[in-house]
Order: sequence, then structure tokens, then C-alpha cells
Amino acid sequence: MTATSAASGMTAQSAAPALKHTAQDGAAEAIHVENLHKKFGELHVLKGVSLSARDGEVIAIIGGSGSGKSTLLRCINCLENPTSGIIRVNGEEIKLKADSHGHTIPADRKQIERIRSKLGMVFQNFNLWSHMTLIENVIEVPVHVLGVKRDVAISEAEKLLARVGLAEKRDVYPAYLSGGQQQRAAIARALAINPRVMLFDEPTSALDPELVGEVLKVIGDLAREGRTMVLVTHEMKFAREVATHVVYLYNGLVEEEGPPEQIFGTPKSERLKQFIRNIG
Amino acid sequence: MASAPCPTCSIFPRHVCRRRSRRRLASTSGATLIDALLSASAAGITELLSPYPPGWGGALLVGLLHSIEIALGATCLGLLIGTGGAYGKLYGGPVVRDLLAVYTTIVRAVPELVLILLLYYAGTDLINQALTAMGYQRVDVSGLAAGIAVLGFVQGAYSTEVIRGAILAIPQGQIEAARAYGMSPGLMLRRITLPSMLPFAIPGLANLWLIATKDTALLAVVGFYELALATRQAAGVTKAYFTFFFAAGVLYLLLSLFSNLIIGRVETWSRRGMPSLKEAR
Repeated sequence: MTATSAASGMTAQSAAPALKHTAQDGAAEAIHVENLHKKFGELHVLKGVSLSARDGEVIAIIGGSGSGKSTLLRCINCLENPTSGIIRVNGEEIKLKADSHGHTIPADRKQIERIRSKLGMVFQNFNLWSHMTLIENVIEVPVHVLGVKRDVAISEAEKLLARVGLAEKRDVYPAYLSGGQQQRAAIARALAINPRVMLFDEPTSALDPELVGEVLKVIGDLAREGRTMVLVTHEMKFAREVATHVVYLYNGLVEEEGPPEQIFGTPKSERLKQFIRNIG
Repeated sequence: MASAPCPTCSIFPRHVCRRRSRRRLASTSGATLIDALLSASAAGITELLSPYPPGWGGALLVGLLHSIEIALGATCLGLLIGTGGAYGKLYGGPVVRDLLAVYTTIVRAVPELVLILLLYYAGTDLINQALTAMGYQRVDVSGLAAGIAVLGFVQGAYSTEVIRGAILAIPQGQIEAARAYGMSPGLMLRRITLPSMLPFAIPGLANLWLIATKDTALLAVVGFYELALATRQAAGVTKAYFTFFFAAGVLYLLLSLFSNLIIGRVETWSRRGMPSLKEAR
């Protein structure tokens, strides 16, 4: 993984937002999704989507509600089991099998747990564990899943909490914090596993407008320091700013994709033009 | 002769005053009642309840200890069955779910006393039949083990439903986060599901614990020496029924009060991440 140190974060922060980290050609493919289908009963949500994220890339997935963008993200770590298709994380293909009802499920539980522990997921509703303080939330996965020593995990977690501006809230329970603070803590929790890829599922959609900025700033800093990220978002301005590649989903299919300048500047598809007009 | 008024009620003329006689009757019967109930002086009561023979206090305390042992064992067994049962009902396959539905339905439908008689006699008989069939000696199942097994089996059915409801009350996102970070099912149960469901389960489980402490009295019918049986024996021998049953009641009450204290602590601890409802009012 490239440029993950705190120092590079500092320099990236001071640099102009236009200075975007771009993935080198030939960087390893962190996530590869091919011809993904997902059906919920009769509802065909994804109808053959392909997606690729190389190391250092920031993929923004945009689209109207019901276009399947959250489902696509949740299929990557098998929170939703895809109906068919290929998912490779870190070059390793997720083994799938059909259960007795004909539903596709992961064939190898150990494999899926190992892959999940390399993907830092940030949810729309934060989903911090309510019976743990912030520091306990952040060290939980390193200590109990990855086997990091507790004191090492704690000192790492303190750094991460300081980085998202929550150092003094380390012993506070999530319920006593604002949405923005909870989401920043959730980002620290995701960073604590030193993820290969960060997955953001509409991280600002549940926030009050005045709290969106503080969360976007943290995500933006991560993008600029070269974190590989897949980001489902409604914040078009933000997507344009941080993404290296934008995917527009419509009705379960990739309608158009490309660099942000092209997607937001010179969209080809009529639906995308209309979508951008409506979002404003 | 007829001119003198009645000395009791002043009603003229003098007669055999019913009021007086009735009052006297009442007071004497009240006194005999109290005498019968207490049947001894205060000194006699302390003597009866003394923990050392010939007092029966020691016997009562041993009975209480056995009751607590049974209740603790049964509740722990019930919690294990309940956790497994709740998981099976929520996440298990159709066969597991149907079997658990049969279990909870039957146990909760049949009176506990009937179940205890059935499981105690039929259960020990079944074990012995199985043992003889396999060529082993018959065993005497200890009353304690049988009591714990029987009450635990009953408690398990109720716990299953309490814990199932509590797991359903956990915000699903927290379970999802645990999955998303690669927790194995066992780790998730231990680190996330059980601690998160606890605040929702405590009131129901506290009820079950208090019921368990008193259900131990049902084991007296199969001859297990616990508080109720100890009390009956002490009362039967000394004829001081009121004294001993009152003492037993006080012991049950003390056990409940002590339990409430502990349960309150546990509940406060389990709700540590949750803002008080008073603040939200």
C-alpha cells in the first residue's frame, strides 16, 4: 500500500484540493467486480455490473435511489450475497456456492472473514457498537479479529482518534456524540484494521447538513493521501473533488463511467445529464 | 325485678345481653387464634428458629441453600439453553426451528408441577433403562442434579423467548458492522450480540430468576430437601406452622430483595452505553 503514513496526510492536507492522487499505471487491482447480478426475490437490483479499483484509486459510485449503488458496495464484502458474478479482492476470488434454496452464499466462511477484515466499511448509520466506548470500538477488530496486542492497538487507536479530531472523546459512548462525531469515529474504526480498501456507504446521508463538512474533510484527507476507496455518495461536488473515477449507475447497470471531469463536465448519457441537473 | 336496666347495654329491661356475650366470645376466639398461630411465647419462637438443634433454623437455612443452588444451576442451564434456542430459532434451519417451536410450546403449555413430576420420575427411569440396556449398573440420580436439569429445562424454554426478543431488539446495523469486519459467528456472539442484547433481556431474565427461586419449592413434591420441604417438616414436627411458614416467607423475601440489588447493578452496567430515559423525557 502506498502513502499511508500520517506525514503524507499532513502534506496532502496542505496541498490544493485540485492536486489529486492518481493511481500509477500497473498498480495492483485491489477490487475487481465482473458481471455482478443481484436479485432480491423478483426484484432484479444489479443486472451485470463490472467495476475495478486499482491501488490508490478513489472510485465514486453515483446514481439515483434504487439504482443499486449501495447493493453493489455491499456485495463487495458479501454483506449481500450476489446472485451471480465474480468478485476479486486483492486478487483473491470470493468462492461462492448455491445453498439448498438456490441462494448464492460464500462457500468458505474463513475466506470471507479474512477478506472482510481487509475491507474497512463505513456505514450510512455509523453502526458503532453502542456498548463500547470509542476507543473500545476502534480496538475491537484489531484485538479480537486480527490478533494485535491490546496495548499496541490502544496506542494506534489513540493516534487514529486524534487524527479524526476525537482524541478527548476516547472514553465516551457513541450515544453521547453527534452524528458527525460518530461517523468520524466509525472512520477511525475502519482505519484501525489498516484496510486494503475503504468502503463508504453514503457516509454523510444520515447527517445534519452542518455536520457533513467535518466528515467529508476526513474522507477527503484519506483520498488525498492515496487510500484506495470505493465511495457511494450523493455529494456530487465532493465526488468530483476527490474521485479518480466516477461510475454512474442507472437501474442496475453502469450507464456511464469515466474520470470526474468527463462525468460531471461533458456527460454523454441523457439520463446522466438529467441526473446531474436534478442534483444541482 | 324487671325495673333494673341491663348493666352492659343499658337497655331496659334487664335481659341476657347478647352484645356482651358476643363481644366476649369474639375476644376469646381471637386470643385462642393468636395462641394457636404462635403456639409459643417470644422466647419459644427464638428457640424454635435457633440455628442449633433442637431449633429448626439450621434446617431452614440448609433448605434455603439448596433452593439457591437449584435456582442458580437451573438459571445458568436455562440461559445456555435459551441462548442456543434463541439462536436456533432466529438463524437455524427449518428443522431446528420446528424442533425448538415444539420445545417452547410444550414446556410453556404444561404446568410446571406436572413437568417436574414427569421429567423427574420418567427422566430418571429413562436414564436407568438406557443404562441397563447398555449393560451398566442403575444409578441413583442425585436430587440436586435432577432438580437443576428439570427446572433448567423449563427455564430454557422461557429464556429462549426472552433472549430471542432481546436479540431482535439489537439495532441490526451493529450486527452488520461485526459481520463487515470479519468476525466469526462465535466471536460476534461473545463480543457483540450478547452484550448488546443484555439490556433488553435483563428485565425478562430477572423475572425468570425470581420465578426460579420460588419454583424450587415445587421440587418438594419429589422429595428434594429445599426450603419448602424443610419448612413443612419443621412445622409438622413442632406444630408451629405459622412461625415456620412465616420464617420461610421472610427468607424468600430476603432472597428476592438481595436479587433485586444485584440485578439492579447488572442492569445499570449493561445499559452503560445508553443515555438514561429520564434525560430523553
